[in-house]
Amino acid sequence: MAVADAALAKIDKALVWAGFKQLIPISVFVAIFGAAFGLAASQAGLSELTILAMSMLVFAGASQFAALDLWGTHIPLLTMMLTVFAINARHLLMGASLYPWLSHLPPAKRYGLMGVTSDANWAMSLQAFNHGRPGFGILLGGGATLWLFWVSGTCFGLALGSVMADPKSIGLDMVMGCFLLAMVVDVEKNWRVLAIWTVAALASLLSYWYLPENSHVVVGALAGGLLGMIWEEPADEH
Amino acid sequence: MNIETTAWGAIFVVIVMALVTLATRLGGVFIMSLVPINERVRRFIRAMSGSVLVALLAPIALNGDIAARMALLTTALMMLWLKKPLPAIAAGILVAALIRQV
Repeated sequence: MAVADAALAKIDKALVWAGFKQLIPISVFVAIFGAAFGLAASQAGLSELTILAMSMLVFAGASQFAALDLWGTHIPLLTMMLTVFAINARHLLMGASLYPWLSHLPPAKRYGLMGVTSDANWAMSLQAFNHGRPGFGILLGGGATLWLFWVSGTCFGLALGSVMADPKSIGLDMVMGCFLLAMVVDVEKNWRVLAIWTVAALASLLSYWYLPENSHVVVGALAGGLLGMIWEEPADEH
Repeated sequence: MNIETTAWGAIFVVIVMALVTLATRLGGVFIMSLVPINERVRRFIRAMSGSVLVALLAPIALNGDIAARMALLTTALMMLWLKKPLPAIAAGILVAALIRQV
């Protein structure tokens, strides 16, 4: 592991404020996705309080959209936990990638910073470190920006959903599916990735037909994950 | 175990989701402070985080009406072409809306 420069791990008010401002442009898109979530969630029958609490406390878009698929009069708790874990497991790798710099901080700051880590502020923070600039201001300040825009967007979507008469006729029942599909396709594509997706889809459909209800998500995720583990990535993928 | 979605049941599920997500946010740093995460585990996590979404979508695509399937197809093609999620999602929804008007 590379030994990181301790000076880069500094964090002060000016850096946090700079990080807050730096993430505003991308957060506009986050707010739009938040609105899409609020709209999709109100269609799925969640109460306004539940939807708002989810955006405030979970603060992880793809897993929130996926939760809507499992929502009903009864919710399978274990399946929900495994699905949310599988989608958000990428956070584990984000934390690991920042560890060389986080290790210079006392545990409270270290874990506090990771608590607001999301895709966009993580990527920009890591980029700053790799260019020899301090990155934790971006992580904390940018995390606050993303959270504010995500929650505000959700509120806007909720308001929109309550005045919508027939959302299905204008295609809005497809917000969740199209959002998740866009997240899937938004990665580097090669034969290995295509094979992993195919195995995940086949495993999902087989368990959808032959195994207990709601097991397909977990079975598909495990099947794809295991293939990814035994099949090494092409060297140019890093 | 199934949780009934009464007001408190729903909030309980949200809190559990939040705790699981927090564990993923804090877990990477915690594990690294004990033992470095090796390349096999990294590959598993990367492949799993995409596969879970595919597994979720497969039955939706299979059971959906024509409008739903065309919406997903449009989003996938637009993502391959433009590589930007927002227009790809918007195009998918637009296609579903147009098909449902006829």
